[in-house]
Amino acid sequence: MAKEITGPILRALTLCKTIGAHAVLREVSFSMERGSGLAIMGPNGAGKSTLLKVLSGLWAPSGGELWRFGRRIGDETSSDQRVVLLGHHSFLYPSLTAFENLLFYAHLWGLRKARQRVVEVLRQVDLLWAQNDLLQTFSRGMVQRAALARVLLADAQLLLLDEPYTGLDGAGRQLLDRILGDQKRTGRSFILASHDEDDVMRVADAVALLVGGRMVWWSYTDKLRPEQLQRVCRGDYDKEGA
Amino acid sequence: MMIFVVMMAFLFALSLGSHVADLHAALPGILWMAFLFAGMIGMGKTFANEVREEALTGLILAPGDKIAIYLAKLTGAFVFMVLIEIVSTPLFLEVFQVPWRGPWTLWLLILALGAAGFVEVGTLLSTMSVHTSSGDLILTMLLLPLEIPVMIMTVQATRDLLTLTRAGFWLWIHGLIAYDAIFWVLPLMLYDYVWEV
Repeated sequence: MAKEITGPILRALTLCKTIGAHAVLREVSFSMERGSGLAIMGPNGAGKSTLLKVLSGLWAPSGGELWRFGRRIGDETSSDQRVVLLGHHSFLYPSLTAFENLLFYAHLWGLRKARQRVVEVLRQVDLLWAQNDLLQTFSRGMVQRAALARVLLADAQLLLLDEPYTGLDGAGRQLLDRILGDQKRTGRSFILASHDEDDVMRVADAVALLVGGRMVWWSYTDKLRPEQLQRVCRGDYDKEGA
Repeated sequence: MMIFVVMMAFLFALSLGSHVADLHAALPGILWMAFLFAGMIGMGKTFANEVREEALTGLILAPGDKIAIYLAKLTGAFVFMVLIEIVSTPLFLEVFQVPWRGPWTLWLLILALGAAGFVEVGTLLSTMSVHTSSGDLILTMLLLPLEIPVMIMTVQATRDLLTLTRAGFWLWIHGLIAYDAIFWVLPLMLYDYVWEV
């Protein structure tokens, strides 16, 4: 499948990733425009996390083409400050405070006015009150908010979010919805991997289904009813030909 | 690590008794065995801070050359190892009743080359094993055989320094330099690949 979601910010053409003898991604093709949100859904082991790792530059693709911001990424791993990944873990140090962790990343990314920026993002995720607490004392939801703050810190053009709602309470989920809406309004884009149809319908402009490493179906969310998406996720994607 | 080294010094000195000749003969081997095992304890902790929340992934995705992560870990491990050596070598000499022989610069040279050889291999293997489920086992199984040349050369060089055998001493030092150079260059060539192991 090589259907265009339009736009030049990210483009994958028959992208493949093999780990050992196992093909985790098989000829995945799509592209994304600036200021849009794409949701990747699929059962466990479908390759969602692997796809995000390849798109982030953490893992090199085994085949196909990957273009980010008009530049082709070769078969090497590559980091780019315009792309940030939120994984299953926070990528933070448990023995440092939330402020110290974010300041460390701000320096690592060479941000100007680093302290000011750290305070801004901590306020944005409503974690300023716990800025001097060690990460190891945080609840799961607070760690997720701190991880979100790290992702927002660099003011990246493309956010890659692997199940970002995990661990968040009701207020946290609303906060994330708001942040993702702001991202799109300011011309930034995101790709999120999720199992939750409600989350996807709320924040994404398009949704794609990954099964066995293949992108088997996709649709714009404004042309989709929630029950259709539920049927697709149950495996009836052939009947919902988007 | 330091407690382990001190314990090794006293236990071996006590078990060898008061025969000065035995103590002198045993010192080089026991000294470097203590450093080897103390270093292995340290190597197992190289990426301990990065494991729980996968901070290493965050470092890899940061702008800049990934080799900087390796070099930073290598430098930290090297400084720590040399400090332990500098503090504990006089203790070993005292406990084993060995008079200080040879210029201190040559002692520093052996200690630095031995530490470099150890931490170069150790840091590379730690990086390769950090994402594997049985990382500690892999580290131990691969580290010990790869450290055999370093141990042989450092023990021989230390013995030659204590007996003031200069010709033999420089032969082992040249061997150590060659070994260190190989394991300095190898990770620079492999490092991009190592992250995905």
